Amino acid sequence: MLGEGILKGLAETAKNFAGSYVSKERLTTVQYPEERIPTAENARVFPFLVFDGKDWESGLRCVACQICEKECPPKCIYIEKSKDKKPDYVGKPQFYPARFDIDVSVCMSCQICVEVCPFEAIKMNTEFELATDDRFGGLLLDRHKLAQSNEYYHKIHPTEAAEVDARLAEEKAKTEAKAKAAAAAAAAKASAAAAAPKPAESATEKLAEPPAKAAESESKQGGGGQ
Amino acid sequence: MSGSVTELGFRLARQEGWNQSPVIERDTDTEQLEVAMGPHHPSTHGVFRMNVTLEGERIVRLKPVFGYLHRNHEKLGEGNSYLASMPYTDRLDYFCSLTNNWAYALAVEKLAGQAVPERAEYLRVILAELTRVQNHASAVGFLIQDMGASGTPLMYAFREREKILDLFESLTGSRMMCNYMRFGGCRVDASTEWLDRARTVVAGLPAFADEFEALLCKNEILMARTQGTGVLRPELAINAGVTGPMLRASGVNYDIRKVDHYGIYDRFSFKVPLGDHWDVYDRFMIRLLELRESVKILEQALKDIPAGPVMDPKAKIRGFRPKPGEAYGRIEAPKGELGFYLISDGGPDPYRYRVRPPSLINLTVLEDMCLGQNVADVVLILGSVDIVLGEVDR
Repeated sequence: MLGEGILKGLAETAKNFAGSYVSKERLTTVQYPEERIPTAENARVFPFLVFDGKDWESGLRCVACQICEKECPPKCIYIEKSKDKKPDYVGKPQFYPARFDIDVSVCMSCQICVEVCPFEAIKMNTEFELATDDRFGGLLLDRHKLAQSNEYYHKIHPTEAAEVDARLAEEKAKTEAKAKAAAAAAAAKASAAAAAPKPAESATEKLAEPPAKAAESESKQGGGGQ
Repeated sequence: MSGSVTELGFRLARQEGWNQSPVIERDTDTEQLEVAMGPHHPSTHGVFRMNVTLEGERIVRLKPVFGYLHRNHEKLGEGNSYLASMPYTDRLDYFCSLTNNWAYALAVEKLAGQAVPERAEYLRVILAELTRVQNHASAVGFLIQDMGASGTPLMYAFREREKILDLFESLTGSRMMCNYMRFGGCRVDASTEWLDRARTVVAGLPAFADEFEALLCKNEILMARTQGTGVLRPELAINAGVTGPMLRASGVNYDIRKVDHYGIYDRFSFKVPLGDHWDVYDRFMIRLLELRESVKILEQALKDIPAGPVMDPKAKIRGFRPKPGEAYGRIEAPKGELGFYLISDGGPDPYRYRVRPPSLINLTVLEDMCLGQNVADVVLILGSVDIVLGEVDR
């Protein structure tokens, strides 16, 4: 019968229309500003810089190594290295970014900066309501605007942040253990050198000197981290 | 190995050439009229212009004009590192970013001789088939929208697409610009919860396909508009290098998943549906049938997916420099054969980076399909090619 197909199709739309009053399956629209779907845990929008502790400036994990600047596909990151150094989470003196700008009007949210960062310093934010009426300055984020605390990172990506924290803690413990072992070894060597008989003195002193110095500086660094 | 559209397709009994307008005699004083359809015509699926020459309602010439969305993709690829080109491939065919990722990753893996872990291969198949499902559903939706069914089928397709995009977002972090695959595997592993969610979504797809078919396949208006319109003969399709659902709707049994066995496609059983009238209706039906076949692959892949790593431990993220050589990686993208051709000179970026875009090459037969048809059919025929201008213009 001609028209049968149309009637069948109309029955289908009628089913959907009536169904939308009773079944959530058929009414999938969300009235956005009033209703919101929670964002997915590993959703990504624009990058932010993670800082530890209370002070954003001294706690920044970024060491201005500029790898992300180099790897960024649309080249939206601009970094200026500091002149002086400050200790990082394991206590090693590192540079910090005197300037760290991301132009989010250029950024394409690809997450490559996050992948290449060896210091877990840059992560992806889930904040997407970023509209601004300031066309030129408002979308160029400096390091103060980019800085977010580690707690915030835990809030938006709990699983990932826990993994990162575990990895950092492990690294820190490893460095501390290494520094301790090196210091102990150097101390043992130094005492052995002191106890050694006189004829061999000059040779052993030369050998013993550099490790002892290294141990000193390493133990200093370890102290700085705490 | 292959099924036919007529198994599910329906035909109206009609005379041959019923939808072609009569040829106007020259002695009736008429003039040819040139009309520019586009670049902002809503039916052109982006910024695309067709300069059509009309004799009355009949098309006598059609010249496609594109390049409005040119973004220098290939040259950018030659200046960027191998990894930095990956997010740009998302922006080729922005409906199917995961298949673009796969084609590019495949080319680079061939170039560098990298292996991909088992689980990553399964994840790639799952994501590629989900991409195909959502692409075909929305392509059909857009095609029907072009015919004037204002929104209903498209919104049904988008309702389904939304579920798949939510899956993509929870796995890759982004709905459309996924940037998920890496050379030697995938970026992150899928959790068991994600796989369960994917199973639920896939379990709902056959019901969606049933609903879509009941809504559209036997609709007499749709059949009258599409059957016999925009016939693409198989010889022309092969000669023009047309691939994908377009080629299969012309009755040529060619699916790269079957002939090339890239990835692990030889492990799954699925059919290749073929058209036998070579018209717009066949192209519409082929997409619905392929959607069902994709669901079959998805069910098998989600059942068999093994545990294990998703990334080759030897793979390098930074400082990736393949040895000098060349490679061509191709996959069956939802729109046809998507290939990436790379030449390496041993440096951190490719010496030559070339994309074989299915949309562009499928578009070359547009004039041949449109000649002699009514001007209103041009919109349908263009819709049945299923182009994305991001890929055509690159």
